[in-house]
Amino acid sequence: MTRLILQRLGLLIPTLLGLSILLFLWVRALPGGPATALLGERATPEAVERINELYGFSRPLHEQYLAWMGQLLQGNFGASTRTQQPVLEEFFARFPATIELTVVALVIAVGIGIPLGYVAARHQGRFLDQTTVVASLIGVTIPVFALAFLLKYVFAVQLGWFPSAGRLDPSMVATHPTGFYVLDGILTREWDAAWNALTHLVLPAIALGSIPLAIIARITRASVIEVQGADYVRTARAKGLRPPRLRRRVVLRNAMLPVATTIGLQVGLLLSGAVLTETVFAFNGIGSYLANAIFNLDYAVLQAFILFIAIAYTLVNLAVDVSYGLIDPRMRVR
Amino acid sequence: MTGDPSAQSALTDTVVPSGRTNKADDVGASQWRVAMRRLRRNPGAIIGAVIVLVFVLVALLAPVLAPFPAEALPGRAEIRPTFIPGPSDAYPLGLDRYGGDLLSKLIWGARASLLIGVLSTVIGLLGGMLLGLLAGAFGGWIDTAVMRLVDLMLSVPSLLLAVSIAAVIGQSPRAIVIAIGVVQIPIFARLLRGSMLAQRGLDYVLAASSLGLSRRTVTMSHVLPNSLGPVIVQATLMLATAVIEAAGLSFLGLGGGAPTTAEWGRMLAQAQNELEVAPRLAFLPGACIAITALGFTLFGEALREALDPKTRKR
Repeated sequence: MTRLILQRLGLLIPTLLGLSILLFLWVRALPGGPATALLGERATPEAVERINELYGFSRPLHEQYLAWMGQLLQGNFGASTRTQQPVLEEFFARFPATIELTVVALVIAVGIGIPLGYVAARHQGRFLDQTTVVASLIGVTIPVFALAFLLKYVFAVQLGWFPSAGRLDPSMVATHPTGFYVLDGILTREWDAAWNALTHLVLPAIALGSIPLAIIARITRASVIEVQGADYVRTARAKGLRPPRLRRRVVLRNAMLPVATTIGLQVGLLLSGAVLTETVFAFNGIGSYLANAIFNLDYAVLQAFILFIAIAYTLVNLAVDVSYGLIDPRMRVR
Repeated sequence: MTGDPSAQSALTDTVVPSGRTNKADDVGASQWRVAMRRLRRNPGAIIGAVIVLVFVLVALLAPVLAPFPAEALPGRAEIRPTFIPGPSDAYPLGLDRYGGDLLSKLIWGARASLLIGVLSTVIGLLGGMLLGLLAGAFGGWIDTAVMRLVDLMLSVPSLLLAVSIAAVIGQSPRAIVIAIGVVQIPIFARLLRGSMLAQRGLDYVLAASSLGLSRRTVTMSHVLPNSLGPVIVQATLMLATAVIEAAGLSFLGLGGGAPTTAEWGRMLAQAQNELEVAPRLAFLPGACIAITALGFTLFGEALREALDPKTRKR
């Protein structure tokens, strides 16, 4: 098990190296070159010259790359062209919001998707199953921002059940030791703040979780149906394993393998979705920050964020691989 | 393994005309003819095909169907800050914030979506097939190198890749097409490679090589054509994804152009400020995107099922 984890961590290094080279070349391929990227579109020629001198952009590429990597390893990821704030700080100030949103969305998707897919598979071909299949098909095809609009319009604008924007009511005064607002409220025993933050999460999390929910339900259904008919399930049943135990230990466990892969694949999707959802709900996470960076072409921010997100993404996929080992003992041997 | 397991097994079984097929009329028929027959019996496939057909026709006939040109603002004089006229005889779906006719803009939007969807999928298909073919045909270190590259491409979330590309070539519909296309490349590459690898060990390949055919002939005229099924299924499904992603990217403003651009994602982005005044401005483009994506998805799923011998019994 430990070897598997170490092996996968080892594979991370070439991936990240490759990515850093691509990102490095990317900034140099920008119209106007890296100096424009740092200074913004309206930079004067003199300023560009000065930056080129200062950062050594006129040196050979490989020297520049090594110097840049050295900076990264020291934790210096540059500063936003627009706000002059260090990118790393901006990232960590907003990351908790996005994690909070993504985790709640994922909990909704997994918590409803797996039972739904499982129940549908157990009733294969009947009304409940067909409804699930159709609903999940529709769920996949509704764009996340259109759904966000719909939810916002119906439940916030029309019915007024949930707040329509932000992470907390502006009137709410709360302390934030961790940056996870719901957790903060619980830790500091400011229950009203925790509740308020939670109500702000509901609509964005449902919008964000809908597509993964539909996909997870479909994969679970297909996987359970396939495992149900497998020879080893028949064998286990023939050997007298009681149905509840059979379903739990044999069917569900074996059916979870493709589901685990799918959940891992959803992370990238959740991230793109988070950018769109956070924009619609004015939710101040990395998503809406990224959307702003895109809008302003803030290259320093984009470069650093792409790297961070790729690292997070790779780590999640590592966790998925490790979870195979936990679910399926055969994987541990290899 | 890569890609969708059921899609892959679809081919490993179909291409061998053995006793696998269960319907009498399937014996001896080519996999595509069998698939066509099964598609016609599948209500999902028919609904999907009808939606796709209507969408394509609307997109192609936009100049005939749309009451107004794409960029026209015929009702400009009737717009007030707090009031946007709804449906009327002159404007069947009402006006938008700038005085454009909503119906016309939705129709022209279909054309923009079709163009972006098809062009980006072609890029993804060609690039992915080239890489997949390289990896699947040569194996060895070429395979390893190509697959590392593919893994690298997959490790960057699609939205970020799109943003990076738009940053280099500027905010335009072209950026969106290239971005979505490039994001699809690794998916098609893995699919084709996996599909080709699954073919390699099969009897007919062995038979072809023992007849003395060159490796190139075996690969190009036997393995490749028989590996295309999952790729074609995926391409159909990708059209749905492309329409949704294109809308998302232009929603974020990566498509550039004026705020009056007749493009569904762009229209939705503009509508977010009018949610309380005229919610239809958001819902109608949203519905167009969803229905179009549904059409391609239904058809793609039905195609996958039709090519899958495991579901053939039913």
